[in-house]
Amino acid sequence: MAAHNLISTITVGSGGSATIDFTNIPQTYTDLLVVSSLRTDAAVGYQTSRMKINGSTSNMTVKNMYGAGGGPGSATITTYLLVGYITGSSATANVFNSQNTYIPNYAGATYKSISSESTANNNSTTLYAMDISVGLWSQTAAITSLSLYPESGSWAQYSTASLYGIKNS
Amino acid sequence: MATKLVVNCSTGTTTEVELTAEEVAQREVDSAAYATAEAARQAQVTAKASAKASATAKLKALGLSDAEIEALV
Repeated sequence: MAAHNLISTITVGSGGSATIDFTNIPQTYTDLLVVSSLRTDAAVGYQTSRMKINGSTSNMTVKNMYGAGGGPGSATITTYLLVGYITGSSATANVFNSQNTYIPNYAGATYKSISSESTANNNSTTLYAMDISVGLWSQTAAITSLSLYPESGSWAQYSTASLYGIKNS
Repeated sequence: MATKLVVNCSTGTTTEVELTAEEVAQREVDSAAYATAEAARQAQVTAKASAKASATAKLKALGLSDAEIEALV
C-alpha cells in the first residue's frame, strides 16, 4: 500500500472561517488526498462543498451522482468544482460531514482529475445526503494550493481538513 | 470582517487572514447564486410532489388500488 504522509491539518476556531486553504503544497508526492469533516453555518440541512485549485474555479467539469431529500439524481457542473455535500446549521447539532477528495498526479503537466465521496450526516432519518463525483480541471499547471469553501456561509467551529501526500514508492 | 484559514504546507504555519474586497464580493455573488438555485430546487421538489399527487388521484379515479398505483409510480 502506498504511504500516506500527513502534510497538514486545519481545525476551524470559534469565529468560523470562510475557506480552508492549503498553500505551498510540496511537489514531492505522487497524489494528494484531502480528508475532511465539515459543517457550514448556513441555515440549511445540507448543501454543496466546493474546492478551488490554485485559486481557480475555471476550466472545471464535474459529473456527480447524489442521493438527497428530493431523491437520487445526477448532474454535470462546469461553473465550480463540487467535492461533496456538507451538513448545515439546520441539521442536528454537532454533526459534521465526512468527505474524501483524491487528486492523482497533482504535480504533473497534464489535466488533473479529481474524485470525491461524501456524506452529509445528520444522525437522524431525515435531512441527509450523499454524493460521489468525478471532476476534471482542464489545466496543466502543477497544483500548489487547494481551497475548500461551502456553497454559502462559512465553515463552522471544529470543522477539520487534513491534507495527505501519497507516494507510490 | 470574514476571515479564512491559510496553512503554508512548506512551513506548517497556519494564519487567519481577512478576506480581500474581491473575495468578499465573490462571496456575495455566490450567496445570491445559492439563493436562486435553492429556490429553483425547492420549486422543483414542490412541482414534483404536486404532479405525483395529481397522477395518483387520476389513477384512483380510473379504479386502480393503492397497491397498483404504488407499483406504477
